[in-house]
Amino acid sequence: MPVLLATDALLWLLVAAAAAYAAYCRRHAHLALPWRRVFQSPAAMASAVVLAAFLAVGLLDSLHFRPRLEPKPGEPPAYATEVLSVLDLALDHLRGRAETTYSAPLATRSYAKEQVELPGGKQMRDYPRLRFGGAHLKSESDWADDVARRTLAGAGISIVLIFLIFVFVRKLKAGSPDLPWHAAAAALSVLILLAGPAVALSTGYHVLGTDKVGQDVFYLALKSVRTSLAIGTLTTLVLLPVGIALGTMAGYFRGWVDDVIQYVYTTLNSIPGVLLIAASVLMMQVVIDRHPEWFSVAAQRADFRLLVLCAILGLTSWTGLARLLRGETLKLSQLEYIQAAHAFGVRDARILSRHILPNVSHIVIIAMVMDFSGLVLAEAVLSYVGVGVDPSTNSFGTMINAARLEMSRDPVVWWALATAFSFMFALVLAANLFADAARDGFDPRVRV
Amino acid sequence: MLGYVIRRLLYAVPILIGVNLLTFLLFFVVNTPDDMARMQLGARRVTPEAIEKWKSERGYDLPLAWNSKEESLFNKAGKTIFAQKSARLFLFDFGYSEDKRDIAAEIRQRMWPSLALAVPVFLVGLAVCISFALLLAFFRATYVDFWGVVLCVAMMSVSTLFYIIGGQYVASKLWHLVPISGYAGGLDAARFLVLPVTIGVISGVGASSRWYRTLFLEEMGRDYVRTARAKGLAETAVMFRHVLKNAMIPILTGAVVVIPLLFLGSLLQESFFGIPGLGSYTIEAIQSQDFAVVRAMVFLGSVFYIVGLILTDLSYTLVDPRVRLE
Repeated sequence: MPVLLATDALLWLLVAAAAAYAAYCRRHAHLALPWRRVFQSPAAMASAVVLAAFLAVGLLDSLHFRPRLEPKPGEPPAYATEVLSVLDLALDHLRGRAETTYSAPLATRSYAKEQVELPGGKQMRDYPRLRFGGAHLKSESDWADDVARRTLAGAGISIVLIFLIFVFVRKLKAGSPDLPWHAAAAALSVLILLAGPAVALSTGYHVLGTDKVGQDVFYLALKSVRTSLAIGTLTTLVLLPVGIALGTMAGYFRGWVDDVIQYVYTTLNSIPGVLLIAASVLMMQVVIDRHPEWFSVAAQRADFRLLVLCAILGLTSWTGLARLLRGETLKLSQLEYIQAAHAFGVRDARILSRHILPNVSHIVIIAMVMDFSGLVLAEAVLSYVGVGVDPSTNSFGTMINAARLEMSRDPVVWWALATAFSFMFALVLAANLFADAARDGFDPRVRV
Repeated sequence: MLGYVIRRLLYAVPILIGVNLLTFLLFFVVNTPDDMARMQLGARRVTPEAIEKWKSERGYDLPLAWNSKEESLFNKAGKTIFAQKSARLFLFDFGYSEDKRDIAAEIRQRMWPSLALAVPVFLVGLAVCISFALLLAFFRATYVDFWGVVLCVAMMSVSTLFYIIGGQYVASKLWHLVPISGYAGGLDAARFLVLPVTIGVISGVGASSRWYRTLFLEEMGRDYVRTARAKGLAETAVMFRHVLKNAMIPILTGAVVVIPLLFLGSLLQESFFGIPGLGSYTIEAIQSQDFAVVRAMVFLGSVFYIVGLILTDLSYTLVDPRVRLE
């Protein structure tokens, strides 16, 4: 039975809107030009590939359903209360195979000692073999051979794929030679080279270890991608309409409208961000707790909290964009073509949408891509403070939060933290590089 | 000048009233005191008596904004939650926290550890970022500049949590250089502050240096720089005597706005390193859902922010003689 979570719907809506915008840009040369400039930068091309890979994982994780339970004869079909996604289906071998507690990456034995039964009936404390990690090995002395074999097999397949990519790139290069396809191919190759062995190894081991309750860390990291993407994109979805409407109106109408809008954003701005977010999230948490009847499954409640978090982040951070747009609109509304529109008797709403908005759109796009990385980083911090996503939602913040206390153990449980930070670093770095290129491509002042 | 400051302070009043109304809406209207009581008392089935007791102990048993039971007009408006809890913040009367301690006294006491951490981070950070950015601008369009910017972007992309957790692990656990967390008064504090200050500086270097570099480069494209070079000044003299001085105007004014916020400390650093400052106080209050403290900190934060804005305007007149405040 498919389940449509609110964030799923919005994410797909956003994808559709982006596709429509891309199609529109293709048909209008003046809109396509800045994008072309963006993609002419090799860094932008490479980071776009990395972002697309993250996006693919996130979108696969945004198709949810409830699996059908084993039908009992004579009863209507029943569905599990657990909500799964298509990504879970693809990673079924990772999701289902939980150990009892921590285990190091590629380990065959658990991290903690347990009572194990010896063949003679005696008991002793030892590191027990894992239930799934390396369970196919007859003897643990085969471990090194098996790992090497799987890694090589994965790398081999990757290299074949990379070869195909480079053949394909030659064709693309012939089609539009001004774009740096080699950068995209290189980024894709690195991703495939990492993914190939990881997938090959994950069939028999926990590639990145397991966490406290024995879940595969690699699986958790992939699941967290969706949360990061949702926060980074849905927040801007809330922020943009408010910021655009109020910013352009303040700059265009001036007078008391400007005063009121400026007052509102100075007030919001003057409250330290974390505190305002914390206060709003705490209050929404009370509302959610008071209305359990709104949600039929737990996943919906967690999802609603994610959506509320995005809305709160958006409503507390539109002020920067509004200020920029106000300044730009003030400048634009003095220009002759706006005054000509006035003289022709064009209505204000039409001047705003036809003449002002298209000419401030570069600011909007720059703000949108620049905000993304900050929001992804903010999620981790907010989850640490306790006002982030629901504890049951997979996210880098909850992963870090769960793992940070384990740094004091001996030997150190480093893999969960390392994984969360590496994934976050890759995502944020790609977003930052892309944002830089987008700013250079869209900002009319930058011509270097 | 004095007239300008007074006018700006008067402008601040409606903003603070707005902040106050917003917190009042968030804390008392969206959720009534009954909800808060239920959440604080925790149990699923709390008796109405327990809720009433909780409310009357904290003074939440009044009407929200208008008390029609009272006789005089003064009491009608005064004997309400708005007057007693929200409007009192204007007198810096913050009331009591959940564990019945005076919040104002707590703030006065916790302010000093916060400052001991935040002031060094601010000053050292400013010095480090300016030097690094100056270095990059000096070697502009070379490999030093390119890899420096790459380093900045990479450092920006790392989560602050990673710097803190990684720094604690390496410096305290592996090398045993400094205590992992905690705080002591007096000179002893230095031992506990070295690591948080270092991490605070490092985590800010990426973004600030890159921004300062663009400011320097913008300044270097100006005519007066060309003139300075044309009259035969050495490149170092141009950089330090001309470019640095002029680029300091936006840098300083950008930095001044955060000075008052230093009082509030850094939320993450203080909480990870166990420094008993205002930042960790706020996080503890958020985690234990102590709304009285969160309310006080929201108000205090906005007061400091407004002071920061006024200081920024004043600092313009100090560093840039062209600006006059009317």
